[in-house]
Parts: sequence; C-alpha cells; structure tokens
Amino acid sequence: MLSFKFVLLVIVGCGLVTWLTRVIPFILLKKFELPISFVEFLSFVPVVIMSALWFNGLFVQHLGHLPSLNIENLLASIPTVISAIISKNLLVIVAVGILSLAIIRFLA
Amino acid sequence: MNGNLSLRSGIKDTIPTLSGYIGVGLAFGIVAKSAGLNLLIIVLMSAITYSGAAQFVIVSMLVSGSTFLSILVAVFLLSARMLLMGMTVAPYLKKESMKRNIILGSLLTDETFALTMNKLNYTKRIVNFEWLNTANILAYLTWIIASGIGGSLGSLIPNPNKFGLDFAFIAMFIGLLYLQILADRTMAFKLQVIMVLVTLGLTYLGLIFIPSSLLLLVVTLVGCWLGVKIKNAFF
Repeated sequence: MLSFKFVLLVIVGCGLVTWLTRVIPFILLKKFELPISFVEFLSFVPVVIMSALWFNGLFVQHLGHLPSLNIENLLASIPTVISAIISKNLLVIVAVGILSLAIIRFLA
Repeated sequence: MNGNLSLRSGIKDTIPTLSGYIGVGLAFGIVAKSAGLNLLIIVLMSAITYSGAAQFVIVSMLVSGSTFLSILVAVFLLSARMLLMGMTVAPYLKKESMKRNIILGSLLTDETFALTMNKLNYTKRIVNFEWLNTANILAYLTWIIASGIGGSLGSLIPNPNKFGLDFAFIAMFIGLLYLQILADRTMAFKLQVIMVLVTLGLTYLGLIFIPSSLLLLVVTLVGCWLGVKIKNAFF
C-alpha cells in the first residue's frame, strides 16, 4: 500500500514540474523578444502538434517493432474528418467522433 | 467560432472541448480508484498536477513502485512540449500584465492551446486575457469534477469508453486541425498539408523506437525543424 505522504509528495512535485513548463514561457516572453528564426520554427508548432496528437491515437506502440493500427480510432476518424469538411463546426465534429467510436465498439 | 473575445464567447467556444475533459477525466478517476488511490488524492492530483497524460503515467508508475525522481523525470519529458506551446501563445499576450500572463500560463493545456490557435484566425490574430482565462478555467473545473466523479463512483459506473468518450479529444484535434488549415492565412495551405503528412511519417517512425513519454516532444521538435527547411527550400 502506498503511503499518503509519498503520493502527496509525488503530486506536488509533478505539479511543480507541469506548472513550470506552462508558466516559464509566459514569464520569459513578457520580458524578452524571440529571435525571428525561432519565431519561424514555432509557427509550425500548431499544425505539427495537432497532427501528432491525432496520429498518436491511430497507432499502438510496440517499442522496437513497427506500430500496429488502432483500427477503432482509424475507422472513427473517417466520419469525423468528413463531418469536419461538411460542418466546419467543432461541436458537431466532436459529437460525430464520439458517436462513431461508440457505434464501432457496439458493432465489434 | 467568431471574432468576439468576450467571456460569453469564451464559454461558447470552449463547450465543444468539454466532452473530452469529461470522458478522459471520468476514465482517469476510475483507473486511479482501481489502482488503490483514494478520492482526495485523485482530486488533488487533477487540481495540482493537471495533465491528462501525465496523471495516467503517474498512477501506473506509483503502482509499479517507481522512485520519486523517475516519476518526476517522466512527467517533465511528457510536459516539455508545453514549453513550445507556451512560447507560441505567449507573444499574443505580451500586452497583458505579468500577473495575468502567469495566470494564463498556469492553466494552459493542449486543448486550450489548440483552441487559441484557431481563435486567432477569426480575430485578426488577437487574443485577450478574458477569453483564454475563461477557456482555461472551464477546462480546469471540468477536469477536476469529472475525475472526482470517476473516482467516487469507481467501478459502479460503466466504462465511459463504451460510449466512445475517449475519442472526444482525438475528434477535437481532427476538427481543430482541419479548421486551422482552412483558416490560417499566415502559412501556405499546401505547406500545412505537407506538414500534416510529414508529421504522420515522423509519428509512425518515432513509435518504433521513441518511448511514448518522449514521442510528442521529439516529433514536434523534428517536425518544426523540417517545416522551416521545407518552407525555405520550396515556398
């Protein structure tokens, strides 16, 4: 059984780590300007990170081997993408995504 | 989504993302409860650590008896991408006070970051404290409450994944990515599409040999670096 004290220490320690990674950029950039070349680098962050967060969910990792497909998420992504193209509405897109995966799980 | 940056508009823009926090928060509460953590610990972790992916990692590392330091390192590697996201958003908030910058940074998440990047396309690339703070706080409260409900009901409630709720965040990123590519006039449409494909390739390759705690960070760093190279060579 884990001691309450140890778990609390982990929570606070990790909280400090996640807080610092969130807050440091805001503190630094309030005071300093970023060099243009770095701004250009950062301009790719949105499209790359949103793509990466999606594609991460499409595979199952087997370290040292090729990843396999997460068939459920892959199939659910198809109606989700189509709903994005048709509706351009985030609420509709999320609802279609959830519903698609629920139906796929129900049928499987 | 429109150009309005009021509190009301912040609430309206954030609502579509909340189902993700509810689904993943419930799931986290249930998993943490079944791992032997009590409700107080679960709620404290959601309120203090406040990071979906990191919290699942913490629970599994606690259960496997990992040391304090190894948990901290894993959480840092998993969270380091926030440095990049923060640096991307922060320049838009330079006019706000230091205190407000710290408040906004403290509660920034993958989701409110992605939402902000989309919002910029509708506001002539402006964002303010009121709008982002509303999005952040709504997300924060939803996450804490959902994980608390998951933790208190534990195995009594059916697995929320049965209802597809675990897909909410992925669906949201698909939606935000698509809307971003359509609306962002600061980067060529073709270049953005190329970057999506580049990221697909990098993610696939990365999954072979990069541990999951490091994957998003490495893919983002390499992806952005490749983006600069491709842009300078062809655009």
